Amino acid sequence: MTDANYPAELLYHPDHDWARLDGDSAIFGITWFAQSELGEVVFFDPPEVGTSVKANEFYAEVESVKAVSDVVAPLSGEIVEVNTALADNPEAINDDPYGAGWMVKVKLSDVGEADALLDHETYSNSLT
Amino acid sequence: MTSSTLKRTPLFETHRQAGAKLVAFGGWEMPVQYGDGIRAEHLAVRNAAGVFDVSHMGEVEVRGADAESFLQRVYSNDVSKMAIGGAQYSLICDEQGGVLDDVFCYRLEPGRFLTVTNASNHDADIAWMRAHAGGLDVEIADAQDAYAMLAVQGPLAREIVQAEADHPLPARMQAAARVIHGRRALVCGTGYSGEDGVELLVEPEDAPALWDEIVRRGAAPCGLAARDTLRLEACFHLYGNDLSADRGPIEAGLGWACAEDTGFIGSDAVRAARSGGTSERLVPFMLIGPGIARQGNPVVGGGVVTSGTLSPSLDIGIGMAYLPTARAVEGERFEIDVRGRIRPAVVARRPLYRHPPEETDD
Repeated sequence: MTDANYPAELLYHPDHDWARLDGDSAIFGITWFAQSELGEVVFFDPPEVGTSVKANEFYAEVESVKAVSDVVAPLSGEIVEVNTALADNPEAINDDPYGAGWMVKVKLSDVGEADALLDHETYSNSLT
Repeated sequence: MTSSTLKRTPLFETHRQAGAKLVAFGGWEMPVQYGDGIRAEHLAVRNAAGVFDVSHMGEVEVRGADAESFLQRVYSNDVSKMAIGGAQYSLICDEQGGVLDDVFCYRLEPGRFLTVTNASNHDADIAWMRAHAGGLDVEIADAQDAYAMLAVQGPLAREIVQAEADHPLPARMQAAARVIHGRRALVCGTGYSGEDGVELLVEPEDAPALWDEIVRRGAAPCGLAARDTLRLEACFHLYGNDLSADRGPIEAGLGWACAEDTGFIGSDAVRAARSGGTSERLVPFMLIGPGIARQGNPVVGGGVVTSGTLSPSLDIGIGMAYLPTARAVEGERFEIDVRGRIRPAVVARRPLYRHPPEETDD
């Protein structure tokens, strides 16, 4: 497992999710802290492409050996892509939470919602 | 519960220095896993050896001229069948046949028994025993603080412990006093992993040196999370999940641990359940396809999951569930409502995982 890290180019939701903005779409995932708390991820239950997600609401489930956790959407929109590779390789969420462990790509309904998210310093300071 | 009110075992510092993740469990601050993770710990026990700190388990010593007849009263099994140095699994039942605890009892002397209780039930067990000792010459001593307990489990577990022992280790379901690595220990041929191994009851101050030596000889430090996945693959019950005061031994599939003819407390209810049947039965199951069922997930059409996890050995969702008796047969397909997602499952044979037979090509 890697050491704690919170890339500067991402935006963070206080429920330990990140968003990588790209124009009017964004990629979502969970933070290093979230995967560390979960332990080894053994199952990712993705939503379907075309599903609407709403900021601050659950859109997926991630399971470790011990427990199931809900994954919260940092922003609202419609899912246009899911990371199907996680079906066979859910441990990517532990090994590379900001890269291969990405979860969904979302066409945002309101890019302005991103103003409510935290930058990496604010988020990482909230963890201590 | 805040961490300041949690009890700590003599190995707490050892766990902390080893980087264990510590959690509250049954009033104790216990290691749930170490750095290599649950799957690695689980597979270490299946393929080699692991060591668990189970010092949170309670101990009760019962002694006196009437010790055996007293335990016949409060334990479901036939205690008189236990020889000196023998071990026996029993339930403590209430008058209605509900299960108050499941325990392992060791007969140390004709009139002296040591019982290992579940941490969360320990105080209630002792109160229950004392309340039902009327008229008998028996002493019930809380021995929790007198012992630390290490479980060494896995195909190499005995070899590791034997290398430090003064005499051959007791066989499966036997217990004997030995000197291990220069420390006195009660060695019990029991465990909760589905693998061969021993459990060591030692004086608390001896536990850290013994732990270090067992780890040095190759056993992987293992936490409670791996203990849970191992026991569930082996289909051993966990009190609070698969057993409770609302369920009886017969529906839990533990009729083999009940000897109604001894007249133990609850025996009338158990006898009635055995002859008249129960509305539900506990079964092991496997999911068909992806997903993981968890404790509390309802079974479609009636019943409930009491334990569920992902099996590290089989890499599928497994668990135990109470099903309506008519459906509680091997091969029966049923559905589990996993947080709104319907997941198909099948009643499996117990154990869900069995150690493969030894290869004979050497």
